[in-house]
Parts: sequence; structure tokens; C-alpha cells
Amino acid sequence: MSDATLRAEPAPGDTVWVEQVSWFDRIPRSVAMALLAVAFIAIWHLVSNFGIVSPIILPTPAETLRHLIFVGENLLTGGYMLGSLMITLQELVISFALAIFIGFTLGVLVGETAFGERAVMPYLVALDTMPKVAFAPIFIAWLGFGIESKVALATFIATFPIVVGTAAGLHAADENARMAFKTMGATRWQTLVKMKLPMGLPQFFTGLKIAAVGVMAGVITGEFLGGGKGFGELIRVASTNLDTARVFALILYLSLLGLATFGLVVWLERKLVFWQRSSVRTAG
Amino acid sequence: MSAARLEALAPSGQRGRPVYELRGVSKTYARRNIQALGSVDLTLTEGSFSSVIGASGCGKSTLLKIMAGLVPPSAGRVMLAGSPVTGPRRDIGMMFQQATLFPWKTALENVVLPIEIRDGKAAARAKQGEARALLELVGLKGFETVYPGELSGGMAQRAAICRMLITEPAVLLLDEPFSALDELTRDYMNMELQRICMARNATAFLVTHSISEAVILSDTVYVMSPRPGRFVEAVEVDLPRPRTLEMITTPRFGALVDRIRSHLDKGSFL
Repeated sequence: MSDATLRAEPAPGDTVWVEQVSWFDRIPRSVAMALLAVAFIAIWHLVSNFGIVSPIILPTPAETLRHLIFVGENLLTGGYMLGSLMITLQELVISFALAIFIGFTLGVLVGETAFGERAVMPYLVALDTMPKVAFAPIFIAWLGFGIESKVALATFIATFPIVVGTAAGLHAADENARMAFKTMGATRWQTLVKMKLPMGLPQFFTGLKIAAVGVMAGVITGEFLGGGKGFGELIRVASTNLDTARVFALILYLSLLGLATFGLVVWLERKLVFWQRSSVRTAG
Repeated sequence: MSAARLEALAPSGQRGRPVYELRGVSKTYARRNIQALGSVDLTLTEGSFSSVIGASGCGKSTLLKIMAGLVPPSAGRVMLAGSPVTGPRRDIGMMFQQATLFPWKTALENVVLPIEIRDGKAAARAKQGEARALLELVGLKGFETVYPGELSGGMAQRAAICRMLITEPAVLLLDEPFSALDELTRDYMNMELQRICMARNATAFLVTHSISEAVILSDTVYVMSPRPGRFVEAVEVDLPRPRTLEMITTPRFGALVDRIRSHLDKGSFL
């Protein structure tokens, strides 16, 4: 390297060109996010406090905060809301586990066997194109108003992305990788377990992330339509009472649960697919 | 061209005993009724380095896949070390254009993968010492626990060489192993390959479309013409070993390259 490139100070007569970044793009991420939140709440405050919108439609930020604290206290002190949250959590965990089990099994069947691809996949596609929420009344009729009908709906919604993700993952291995395994004398089972499945993990996790969002929607939809004692029921009751601030507070806590589920999947992906950086990251 | 004539073309007085023998091997893809490979006769002797060169689509990859036991021939006999090749075998080592290391395994784990697949995890662990020695042989000492994502293209191919050698194969089948690398790295890797083959007295068969690469590495260069693929000449390379990159500028090297090129110009692009 010559002296000229090491020199920090420009010589007299040099034209110095410095790339300009506007102050707007230089705001740190945390500050930018906080600014946006403050702006949002300020507008919300103005709109709701000056009688532009009825409090039944839009409660004030202060009223919402009051309910947030109330619900938070109830949850922390083990009140009836915690019981509801536990029911919803239970539904969520069972549905997600079932969806992963069924989705993975069907995904391997579709992705690995000619029978699965030719015979099973068309039916899965047909089922997937149906509006799955419309099945809720059927599940309630079959399984009653307990958690079973909610689990059925949520599993139904969350299974398809996992099937597609798993099957796509099994097709991710390229010709070179297949050939390499063939020359090593690998059996079909070894090729599947030692090569195709690990190779397909990124696609599998893409499906899992979509399913994590879907399973939450399925559980809450099930509770809206099928009653029971879950968190969705609390929201429905508050909504019927025109207690919009309570609805807002409950939704916020519910979204924390959804965020935790999604975050868990992303964390697991980073652990297992350590060789590839995830394209979707959680906030923060 | 008849088999008898090709026998006459093959270099005489080679060093070792025959290891790999092909007699009248041909391949026709029934579905499209395309004859990819005509009648091919080939004998590889122990410790020899042979290349096959030809334009793309002349059937040289098909030939290599048949030799590796990946594709069955339509006719003919393929014998390795006295027994017919009917599928992938552990005494056949193979290397491709892509290193195809698996990103969830370290360099060392990738090298012992063929052992893990054939003999199980315990056997693979037992071979780790040997794998370390191989990695040292190709200049990858200190990279044992590194994942492939952190290796350069040349380093990945060197690890792939180790993976090919770990089963101690009788014959090495090389399908354009360094053609994805830049020219400087490729020259260097070719010299490395020569060094490794000489050190282990390996029998090697290389598919390439680079004439100079074929000449610098080989004892015999088979020129292949397409549709159907068949050998039109076996050029014996009489440059002394070990070969060096400086030999590329010698008149003898130039003469050999010209001779091979004249065949390719005549037949391959019709």
C-alpha cells in the first residue's frame, strides 16, 4: 500500500468528496421507533380527547393504559384472566404441536414419495384453498364447546404451511448433493435423514413461522365462535359490553403471546440452521 | 473405430497392473432413443493418471457416471479390481465440479461422512485421526472445526479431495473438479492433485474440457467425439514427472496440445 492511500488528511488542492447521509437516516433505530410511537399516541390522544370520535369506537390512551394495568394486575395476581390465558395457551401449545406432527408427516409423504406427490398433494391443495374458518361450526358440532374444537380449527389452519414447507425443503437438495450421497452408497433413509431433511430446514422453518401466526389466529377465532373460557371469550364479552378500552388491553396481551410463539420459532431456527442467517427477525 | 484399433492406440509399457477395465461399454437413453455413448474400451493401470477430453455433450459425463456405478450401461462390461461394477462402491472415489460439502457439518465431519454413511458414527469417529492427516496433506491443518460456509472455493475443494480419499479408493473419478475455481487457484489445485496422486500411487480418471489441464496432469489423454461418444485417439503424454507449471511453455507441451486440439476441431463441433 502506498503512502498516498494511507494519508488521512487531504493535500491542499485535492477535491474531497464525502458521502452525505441526511439526519433523518441517521436516527438510531430505538429512537426512531420511540418517536413513531410517541407520534402515534399523540394523534390518538388528540382524536379521542376532543370528541372527534366516540369513546365506544376509540377510547383515550389514558383509559386504555388504565385497563392495561388492570388486566396486568389480574394476570400477575392469578385472577380469573390468568385462568383464561392458561386455557388459550394450552390450546395454542396443543394445536401447534399437533400441526407440526401432522404437517411434518404429510410433508415428508408428499415431498419424498411419488404416491404422496401424485395422490395426496392435490387433495391437500384443494383443502388449503378452502376458507378454513368456515369449518369452525362443523368442528363445534363435532367436538363441542370445549378446547377440542378450538384445537381442531387452529391445527387445521396451521398444518398446511408446515406441509408445504417440509415438502419444499425436501426438494431443496440439488443434483450435486444427491449425486454425492449416491456415490457414498447412502440408502434412501440415510439420504433423507442425513441430507435432505437438514438441507430443507430453512424451508421447514419458513412454513413453521407462517404456522405460528396461523395457529394463534385459529385459536382466537375458535374462541370467538365456540365460546369456552379462553382469552378470546374475554375479548368477546368486553366487546359486547362496548368496553373498547378493555378490548384494546386484552388484544395487547394476546399479541405478546403471539410474539413469544413466533420468537420461539425464530430462536429455534437460529439454533438449528446456524449456517444460514434468518431472513425474518423478531422486533428488538 | 474398432476396439482392436483402439488397443493399438493405447500406450504400451505402462507401469502397474490393470485396475479398471471397460469393454464395449455403451449407453443409449431409451426414452429419447439417443445413443450417448458408443462402444468404449478403456483400461486404467495402477498409479496412472488418465483424462478424457471432449466438447460438452459428447458423453464424457455419462461415461464417468457409468464408471462410478451411478448409471447402468446399456451394453458392455465394467470391471474394477476383478469384480463387476453394479452400483456405487467404496473403492471408487468421486469428485465433482462443486465441492458439495454439507454446511451443518465441520470440515472434519464432512471428510468422514462417507465412513459415517457406510460404517456408522462410531467408525467415523475412529477415522478422525486419518481425516486430520488428510486435511494436513492438502494444507487445511487448523481448519478441522471450521464450517464450509467459512471456507473459500479452493479450500472447499481440498476438503472434498479428503472426503474422496478417506475410504482409500482404488480409483479416483474426477468430474471437472476445479473448473468452478479461478484460473490461478485451478493451476495450483492441479499441482496439488498431482502431488497427492503421486504420494498415494492413486489411479485417477479425469473428465475435463481444458486441454492444457488434461496434458499437464495425465499419462494418457483420451479424445472423445460426440454423438455417439467414442474415443478417437489416446494421446500419450511423455513429459517427465513430477510435472511443473513451467512445462506449459515447452515445445513438447505445445505439440501435444496442438495434436489434441486438431482432433477436437475436426469432429466435435459438427
